[in-house]
Amino acid sequence: MTTFAPSTATETLSTIQWAAAEESPLEILGHGSKRGIGRPLQTEHTLDLSHLTGVTLYEPAELVLSARAGTPLAEIEKLLAENGQQFAFEPMDYGPLLGGEPGQGDKNGTIGGVLASNLSGPRRLKAGAARDHILGVAAVSGRGEAFKSGGRVVKNVTGYDLSKLMANSWGTLAVLTDVTFKVLPAAETEVTLAIRGLLDDAAVACMALALGSSAEVSSAAHLPERIAARVAGGKHGSDAATLLRVEGFGPSVVYRIEALKQLLGQAGPLEEIAGEASKTLWRDIRDCRPFADGGTRPVWRVSMAPSEAHHMVMALRMQAAVDAFYDWQGGLVWLSMRENDPEAGLLRELIRKHGGGHATLVRASAPHRAALPVFEPQPPHLAALSARLKAEFDPKQVLNPGRMA
Amino acid sequence: MSGLAMPKPDAGTLRRRAEIVTDMRIIVPGEGVVDAANEMRAFESDGLTAYRQLPLIVVLPETVAQVSRVLKYCNERNIRVVPRGSGTSLSGGALPLEDAVLLVMSRFNRILQIDHPNRVVVAQPGVTNLGITTAVEQEGFYYAPDPSSQIACSIGGNVAENSGGVHCLKYGLTANNVLGIEMVLMNGEVVRLGGSHLDQEGYDLLGVMTGSEGLLGVVTEVTVRILKKPETARALLIGFPTSEQGGQCVADIIGAGIIPGGMEMMDRPAIHAAEDFVHAGYPLDVEALLIVELDGPSVEVDHLIGLVEAIAYRNGSTTCRISQSEQERLSFWAGRKAAFPAVGRISPDYYCMDGTIPRKELPRVLAGMRDLSEKYGLGVANVFHAGDGNLHPLILYDANVPGELDKAESFGADILRLCVEVGGVLTGEHGVGVEKRDLMPEMFNQIDLDQQMRVKCAFDPNHLLNPGKVFPQLRRCAELGRMHVHRGQVAFPDIPRF
Repeated sequence: MTTFAPSTATETLSTIQWAAAEESPLEILGHGSKRGIGRPLQTEHTLDLSHLTGVTLYEPAELVLSARAGTPLAEIEKLLAENGQQFAFEPMDYGPLLGGEPGQGDKNGTIGGVLASNLSGPRRLKAGAARDHILGVAAVSGRGEAFKSGGRVVKNVTGYDLSKLMANSWGTLAVLTDVTFKVLPAAETEVTLAIRGLLDDAAVACMALALGSSAEVSSAAHLPERIAARVAGGKHGSDAATLLRVEGFGPSVVYRIEALKQLLGQAGPLEEIAGEASKTLWRDIRDCRPFADGGTRPVWRVSMAPSEAHHMVMALRMQAAVDAFYDWQGGLVWLSMRENDPEAGLLRELIRKHGGGHATLVRASAPHRAALPVFEPQPPHLAALSARLKAEFDPKQVLNPGRMA
Repeated sequence: MSGLAMPKPDAGTLRRRAEIVTDMRIIVPGEGVVDAANEMRAFESDGLTAYRQLPLIVVLPETVAQVSRVLKYCNERNIRVVPRGSGTSLSGGALPLEDAVLLVMSRFNRILQIDHPNRVVVAQPGVTNLGITTAVEQEGFYYAPDPSSQIACSIGGNVAENSGGVHCLKYGLTANNVLGIEMVLMNGEVVRLGGSHLDQEGYDLLGVMTGSEGLLGVVTEVTVRILKKPETARALLIGFPTSEQGGQCVADIIGAGIIPGGMEMMDRPAIHAAEDFVHAGYPLDVEALLIVELDGPSVEVDHLIGLVEAIAYRNGSTTCRISQSEQERLSFWAGRKAAFPAVGRISPDYYCMDGTIPRKELPRVLAGMRDLSEKYGLGVANVFHAGDGNLHPLILYDANVPGELDKAESFGADILRLCVEVGGVLTGEHGVGVEKRDLMPEMFNQIDLDQQMRVKCAFDPNHLLNPGKVFPQLRRCAELGRMHVHRGQVAFPDIPRF
C-alpha cells in the first residue's frame, strides 16, 4: 500500500505512467471529502493530489481563475470573496452529510474534486453547475498522457469540450492537474421570501409560478414541516417553508421581492429573511444539513423534472418510510431513508414511472455501496458508449476502477 | 486553406452510387432522397461559401427510425455521412463530400412539447432557433442564445456548434441552455442524454456533444431551458477616442459587478461602414463605439445605467447616449446588427474571423491587426463581443482579383495565431469546421488532439461521420488505441510516498 503524493503535474504524470505500465490501479484522492460516494475501491495504491496546490492565475476583471487541482476550495472561495467574486454555481460541501468535521473547511474538498463530481448548489437552477463554469483543464489520462483542453476565455468552441467530459467523471477517465474556471461578481444583496405552511403540491406550484415570473429567482427550495427546523439552527421554526431567493443590486432586490409578494400573497403567510440569515439558510440547504445527523442511514440525491419529483416521493412513501426535502424548484430531492435499506430498485422504478431522471446514493454503508449501483444505471447503448470512452482514456483500468460501476 | 485537402473519395462508394440511391429510397420513401445534380446544387455549400462540393446524394429523413437505419446502413458499408441542419455554418461544418450521403435534418421541424411549469421546450432538431422563442413568446418566455442567424439556423445545428450570440455573456451559450438530447450514433443506436431534469447521469456526454460539429452523432431531439423575458431593456451608446479606453471601460463595468445583457464594441472602419448603411446616428469621430445593454426590472436597469454612465465618463468617453425608448434602443443596435452587410457594401467580399482573446489584450491585438493589414494590403473592420472577448474581424478583399482570397485567408490565419499567442483561442462561436481545421495545431499538440480523437473513436470508430472536419489529420482508432508504455521502461517517479 503506497500513497503517491505528487506536488507537480510532472510528478503526477510519472506516477500514472508507472501505474499504467504496471497495470496497478490507483485510488485518486484530493481531500477525500467525497470518498464515501461511489463503489468502494480496493486499489493497492493511492494517488493523493492534496499537495498539488496553488492558484496560478486570478484576474478578477477578466472573470477567470486557474488553480492546481489539489488547491482547497475553501482557500479559493476566500480569495474570491476578498475580491467581491464567487463561483456562481455554489459548490456544495459534502462534509456535514458524510461526516466531515464542521469548521474544517480547508480539508473539505479540492477544486479538482469540485469538477470531478460536478458540484453545484441551490443556484444551479439559474447559474448552472461546475460543468457550466469550467473553461479549461490540464489532465493526465489513464494511458499516462498529459493533455489540455479548452482555455481561459469564456467563449471557445475550438475542438471537443474535454473539460466538460471531466465533469462528473469521478476520476475515472483522467486525473486533473490544473483547472480554469469562470468566476462572477457576488451579488450585492440577497433576500429570501418564505411562504409558510404549504404541502408539497402547493409548494411546487408556488415555485413554478415564481420561476415563471420575471422576478429572476435564483433559488427555490421547499422544506416540509419539521424538516424546516433542521436548518439555520432551528431559528425559523418547524412549519413548512417554501423559500425563494432573490439576489442582485439593492433596489432591484426590493422591487422583485415586492413583485413576488404580489404574485404569491394568497398562497400562505409570508416572511422575509435577509442578509446573513438568508445566506446561512441556503448554505444549510446546499449542504443537505437536514440529514447531516452523523449517521450512516441511506441518503439519496435525486434529479427529476420539478413538476414530477414530489409525485414520486408520495408514491415512494406508500412503500417506504422516507424524509424528503426539495431544492431546484422541486427538481432536486434529498431523500433520507428511515430504515437501513436504500430501496434502490423501488426508488429507481418510481423515478422512471414519473418521467425519468436519476438517483445517486450519496450516503450508505460500504456493503450497500458495494452491492448496489450508487450511480444511476444507464440503458444498454449509453452504458456501452460510456464503457468505450472509459476504455479509450483508461484502457488498463488504473484510475478509480469500478467507482462508477 | 484554398488548397484544402479533404479525405480522398472512396472509389467503391462512388461506384455503388446507384445501388445506394435505391436502398436509401427504401429507407426514406417519397421525396426524401435527392440525387439529381441540379437539385443537389442547393446543398453544395453552407455559410462558408468559398467552398462548394456536390454530395453523393442528399437524404432527408422524417423519423428517428429512418435516421437510425440510414446511419446503420452506411456504417455497415463504410459510407461516409455529412449531417446538415439549416446550412448556416460559417466554418464549413456542413460542407458536403463527393462520396458522402448528405443527411439533411430540415424535415424534423416540429416542436414536440411546451412545458411552462418546468420551463422547457422539446423540439425536433430542424426547428429554427427563433422558432422556439416564437412558440413561447405569447406567454412572455424566450430561448436565450441568439446567434445572429437565428431566423434560419436550426436548434440541432446550434447543439452541433455550441452557438452563442449577443446575450451569452449573461445567459450562457447553447451548452448552458440545453438540458437534454436524443441522438443517433453512427452504428444506428439511439441514445438519450439528460431530459427535463438537471445534470445528465454519468459522464457529461451532453457537454461533449454540444459543439462536436456533427462528428459524434446526429441529434434527433433537443430539450432546452426557456426563460421569462426581462421586464425591460435599455442601452447606452458610448464613444471613445481610443480602443484602449473602450476596453478599460468594459473591464471596469465588469469590475463593478455588472454583467450586461449585451456588450458590443466596433472599431472605426466598422462604425463608418454601419453608419453609411443604416444611418443609426453613430458618432464618426471616435475610434471605438460601445453598446451596453442592461435588462431586468426597470428599477434595476435605471440604477445600472447610472453606474455605467459614470464608468464611461471616468474612462474618457466623448459621447454617451442612453436610449429613452424601445425605438431608440433598437436604433443603437441597428448599425451593429447590420455591420456585416454594411461591410459587404464597401468591399466586394469579406472574410469573417472568430477568435476569442482575454479582453485586456484587445489593444495589442488591434494594433497587431493594423500591422497585418498593412502587410497584406487588405482592410479590416472589427466588431467585438466585448464582454466575453470574442472578436469578429472582417477582412475586406475582392475574390475577382487573383490571389486575394488566398491573401485574405493567410491574413485571417495570422489573426487567429495572434489570438492564440495572447492566450486566446481559434474560434469563439463559429466552429472549427474545415476553415480552422489546419490551424488546430496552433492551439493543441498531438497528444491533446489524440485525446479529442479518442472521444471520436468511442462514438464513431470508423471515422464515417463528417470526416475532414475539425481534425487536421485523422488517425486510425486502432493506431490510437495502442499503449505506448513498456513495462519497466518508465522512469520510476521520484515522488514523496507514504
